[in-house]
Amino acid sequence: MAYEITAACVNCFACMDVCPSGAIREAKPHFLIDAAKCTHCEGDFADPQCASICPVEMAILNEFGEAANPQGSLTGIPLERLQALAAAGIL
Amino acid sequence: MELKVLGPAKPSEDGCSKGSCGSTDDQMAHLPEHIRERVKNHPCYSEEAHHHYARMHVAVAPACNIQCNYCNRKYDCANESRPGVVSELLTPDQAVKKTLAVAATIPQMTVLGIAGPGDPLANPSRTFDTFRQLSDKAPDIKLCVSTNGLTLPDHVEELVKHNIDHVTITINCVDPEVGARIYPWIFWKNRRIRGVKAAKILIAQQQKGLEMLVERGVLVKVNSVLIPGVNDEHLKEVSRIVKEKGAFLHNVMPLIAEEEHGTYYGVMGQRSPSQSELTALQDACGDMNMMRHCRQCRADAVGLLGEDRGQEFTLDKIDAMEIDYDAAMAKRAEIHQAIEASRDAQRAAQTAKSATAPASGLPKGLRSVYMAVASSGQGVVNQHFGHAKEFLVYEASPEGARFIGHRKTDQYCAGDTTCGDAETALQRTIRVLDGCEVVLCSKIGIEPWGHLEDAGILPNGEHAMEPIEEAVMAVYREMFQTGQLAPPAFENRSA
Repeated sequence: MAYEITAACVNCFACMDVCPSGAIREAKPHFLIDAAKCTHCEGDFADPQCASICPVEMAILNEFGEAANPQGSLTGIPLERLQALAAAGIL
Repeated sequence: MELKVLGPAKPSEDGCSKGSCGSTDDQMAHLPEHIRERVKNHPCYSEEAHHHYARMHVAVAPACNIQCNYCNRKYDCANESRPGVVSELLTPDQAVKKTLAVAATIPQMTVLGIAGPGDPLANPSRTFDTFRQLSDKAPDIKLCVSTNGLTLPDHVEELVKHNIDHVTITINCVDPEVGARIYPWIFWKNRRIRGVKAAKILIAQQQKGLEMLVERGVLVKVNSVLIPGVNDEHLKEVSRIVKEKGAFLHNVMPLIAEEEHGTYYGVMGQRSPSQSELTALQDACGDMNMMRHCRQCRADAVGLLGEDRGQEFTLDKIDAMEIDYDAAMAKRAEIHQAIEASRDAQRAAQTAKSATAPASGLPKGLRSVYMAVASSGQGVVNQHFGHAKEFLVYEASPEGARFIGHRKTDQYCAGDTTCGDAETALQRTIRVLDGCEVVLCSKIGIEPWGHLEDAGILPNGEHAMEPIEEAVMAVYREMFQTGQLAPPAFENRSA
């Protein structure tokens, strides 16, 4: 399975610019990865490039369908804090 | 940490020792003529110019290569005004079209900047494509760029090639331990790097970029975000180092952190600095040329610094505009000439006055007074109290009037009731004017007059159309003559 972009994507172009396989394209409502072209960056880089630059948690799924950057992993905001804010309707 | 300093450290005798340490006209006086010429119509690089000239940002650079704890990349709100926020991302072609439309409609526009919403140099093809087209099609517009500095050394040659001679680098720290509390990660050499290691790389790149730009004669402004408890004390060292390396101007801005922005700092309850903390830090940065008139604008702002006319230039609106840029350029040159003539006249009048009446003529040691001024530009008191979206704050003292900063009346969000409490606009205005004893405006209604007086702020509409600093000093003199500047009654300090 290839990497995949979710609805959390903010369309910032960062992944498209660094993808070595030209697998990412601008699309509405969010960018998309062409599964046929995605190589997980194997042979090119140690880490998948899209997942290494993406600024938004939960926006990219890896080949196992798991979030490459789970909640809290990029901002360092504790999960409980995020959940409390979501419950209060603030975020 | 010890940082290498390129070239001989300059003695600080060329700095400013008097109160007026804004990037004011006065402050500019010690600069070589060719540099004054380069900044005199740049609203961000010259405090005096920002009363007369406008700028715009085009949002062509969405990608970023670092994360800052005060930024949330998910944000997009038409009512928000702060860095990193935009409503409409543009392609380089759209950005060029928009720039030409704005330049033709707002002839005071002198500067086109690319500032995001990500990092312009993390979007080199979109950024440089825009610059390339504009230097060809709008040669009378100054181009500038703002960057986090991570890839700056790689792009210095290209910046110089496009004649971009104003570059802003955001430098929040020179110590990686401090940096690790501001930047959770960077994208570097194809990997996401975290913590102190990431901050160390970022700082090294920023300093190297600064040195390379200064070597090539590019004017560098350094932006720093003041984060209480994180880098507040540290920024004095930052200021000293960037000055030694030849940065032209230092802009220390207050952190903006609200829970609803979803930034790390906002969510984690990091507080923003107060105006007095900000002023104290700016004053403590010694003789570095400090910028105090920054409005922390959006990455797609349009107009004079205090205003945002972006809504007049949305893509559908500019599509309908017919632009004859050659004609517009001729008109712009004419208007700029008129602005310069009026500035020269204002300056000459001031010089003549100060020659006949040295200093303020007031006894030393009088207490200083903060005054708020409603101005829509040209450096004069010319705005109705009720129309002011912001007030310029001046400190009057026997040494003269000095610009302290601005206060926005509609806060970062002027949206609906879900955005905050149900405070009336007037109550909010009175609250933001806290600490000011006088408000100068061209006119004011009877009702707000009463409320302001009740709050201890004296409205004054008697100096309409007068140059701001003269008006401020005239009111200060009146206050002295009517005994309002007497020292406060002795307070028991034994407690």
